[in-house]
Amino acid sequence: MATGRPSTVYLWELAWILPSIALPVGMLAALAVTAFGAGINVAGDRGRVEPTKVAEHPLFKDPGVSEIAPGQYEVRMTGQIWSFAPAEIRVPAGSTVHFWATSKDLVHGLFVPRHNVNVMLLPGQIAHAQARFDTPGEYPIICHEYCGIAHHTMAGKIIVEARR
Amino acid sequence: MTSVEQRLAAVNVAVALVALFGGVLTGLFQALEYAGVEIYPSLAPVIRSHYHSLTIHGVLNVLVFTTFFICGFVPFILSRSLQAPLASARLGWLTFWLMVAGLVLAAIPLVGNAATVMFTFYPPLKAHWAFYIGLTLVVVATWLVTVNLVLTWRAWRARNPGRRTPLAAFMALVTFAMWTIASVGLAAEMLVLLIPWSLGLVGGTDALLARTLFWFTGHPIVYFWLLPAYLSWYTLVPRQAGGKLFSDPMARTSFILFLILSTPIGIHHQYTDPGIHQGWKLLHALLTFAVFFPSLLTFFNVTASLETAGRARGATGWLNWFGKLPWGDPSVAAQVLAMVLFAFGGIGGLINASFNVNMVVHNTAYIVGHLHLTVGTAVALTFMGITYWLVPHLAGRALWSRGLALAQVWLWFGGMLIFSPTLHELGLRGMPRRTAIGHVSYMQPQWKTLLPLVGIGGAILFLSALLYFLNMALTVTASRRAPQPALEFADTVSGPVHAPAFVDRWQPWLAVAIVLIVVAYGPTIIRLAATTPLTTPGLRVW
Repeated sequence: MATGRPSTVYLWELAWILPSIALPVGMLAALAVTAFGAGINVAGDRGRVEPTKVAEHPLFKDPGVSEIAPGQYEVRMTGQIWSFAPAEIRVPAGSTVHFWATSKDLVHGLFVPRHNVNVMLLPGQIAHAQARFDTPGEYPIICHEYCGIAHHTMAGKIIVEARR
Repeated sequence: MTSVEQRLAAVNVAVALVALFGGVLTGLFQALEYAGVEIYPSLAPVIRSHYHSLTIHGVLNVLVFTTFFICGFVPFILSRSLQAPLASARLGWLTFWLMVAGLVLAAIPLVGNAATVMFTFYPPLKAHWAFYIGLTLVVVATWLVTVNLVLTWRAWRARNPGRRTPLAAFMALVTFAMWTIASVGLAAEMLVLLIPWSLGLVGGTDALLARTLFWFTGHPIVYFWLLPAYLSWYTLVPRQAGGKLFSDPMARTSFILFLILSTPIGIHHQYTDPGIHQGWKLLHALLTFAVFFPSLLTFFNVTASLETAGRARGATGWLNWFGKLPWGDPSVAAQVLAMVLFAFGGIGGLINASFNVNMVVHNTAYIVGHLHLTVGTAVALTFMGITYWLVPHLAGRALWSRGLALAQVWLWFGGMLIFSPTLHELGLRGMPRRTAIGHVSYMQPQWKTLLPLVGIGGAILFLSALLYFLNMALTVTASRRAPQPALEFADTVSGPVHAPAFVDRWQPWLAVAIVLIVVAYGPTIIRLAATTPLTTPGLRVW
């Protein structure tokens, strides 16, 4: 076999294959640096909550915002058609916000653009995300999963207040 | 006289194109809604809402158009490549009618606004049971296509001992082997979770388990759409353009890698799902990067093949071979332009697959921009390009207008150059997907300036589609009768004799594919199935 194969074919193939391996390997390395070095991580497994008994769960029986340490705020949040509870969150600039959230009915999304808060709210699962808000202003919290006829009205906001 | 394979291809492609028409029409509605046009009040009571329209758009385009086209085109190609009739014409017709029955069953609630759950149908959104049973019938019927292809190939091999399987037939078999393995997840989701639940036999369901089974199939389904396009790029386009396939061994290798790597990567669609540990997500990210490798091989091989065509047509410089391609042939022009946009779709796909970077783009308009480059152009424009020779071939008539076809192809390319980058940018600016953007309660000023471009791009794409359907309709009804040349596959610069024989052995590759799936998915699916109570009630809120 292999009679009459133009010898340049191998060279061209090899010249393409080697960088084609190097490129994804390099990207994977970059990704590992950001995940393990800089600690930017996606949602993980934070346990279940019985979807029909969300209001009985200690995290979700009283949705709201609490300061758990200086500059550290915990948000206990539920998503339901078609609102977030709480719908408005106020924190001072420079705060780190820890979101604990779930859904009381359908699949919803918890999305704060440009702040690494992008997590699905699935009935039955506890979702967690955290982000730091340095610049005063108003940031939308958007449900970014289709959840029925009024999906486009499901939103909240984070108001970051300047420190006095 | 037309053969059974031709008639089967014709009926499948006919259904596919009817679905595509519904798909692009509803697509126009969404694009106009984004641009602020109050379109839906005038469409009532046929189209009840943006979400009704959007669900029809997704289901018709990515589930119906693609599946029927592929189930028509790929068996036809296998039969021509082996120069053998399909093993069972009767099975072929049974398959087609099963698929049609499934389609009708699913279409009734879909059109009647009883299944406005998007093409991903995530529970606890609960559609009418007929929607789930109909789609399941279509999926199961595609397995019968696999059976027919394998029987045809085995009969050919018995008559041709020791002969190398021709490349086009090999690719056809890989496509359906990969799909059959991959579609098990969707079948399980339907049969175990959604169908009993929608029929009221069980009281509840679970969102995460359903999503995990869905994406088991939901990522490889994009390879089910893409591989037939690749089949055309590898085995037909080089000859249509006047050149040769550069490397048959490299082409076979890339398809084997697609067979192995297409499925164990689906959790990259669930990076933002709670309830799955980051370690599994990272493994799926790694394997997704691995499947980028055969995509790069394809990019190189297909481009090198086009270069042989340009050089055969007189090009001498480094890059002018591209301009020397037969741009007057709408089938070639469509497919080369599809390849050009797919390069950007591939790069965007890598960004989506990049684990934590996904948090920037997940469920934003960026994904919509990405999907319209991949399935909306690489696949759809390639399939349109294929029909520019296939439909005349099947109808025994000349293409009605080559000029109209060329205009259509460039309009699609141009429309997509406006539509897709705009949606990518809107996604980066935080705009969610699958949302009636014209009516959101949280409109952002940085979105508003770009939204008219979505409407303009979408309108150009719709105009392109209208020209396409006009040309197709006139080709089969009014064009002059002309016998079309027999289908010919591309010769090669480096042929199958240069590929090691083990590449064509099925058992080891199928075994590796299944082992990888078990490793990547087994623990997560077993854990979820064993520990998840099915207690989430369904809702119909549209």
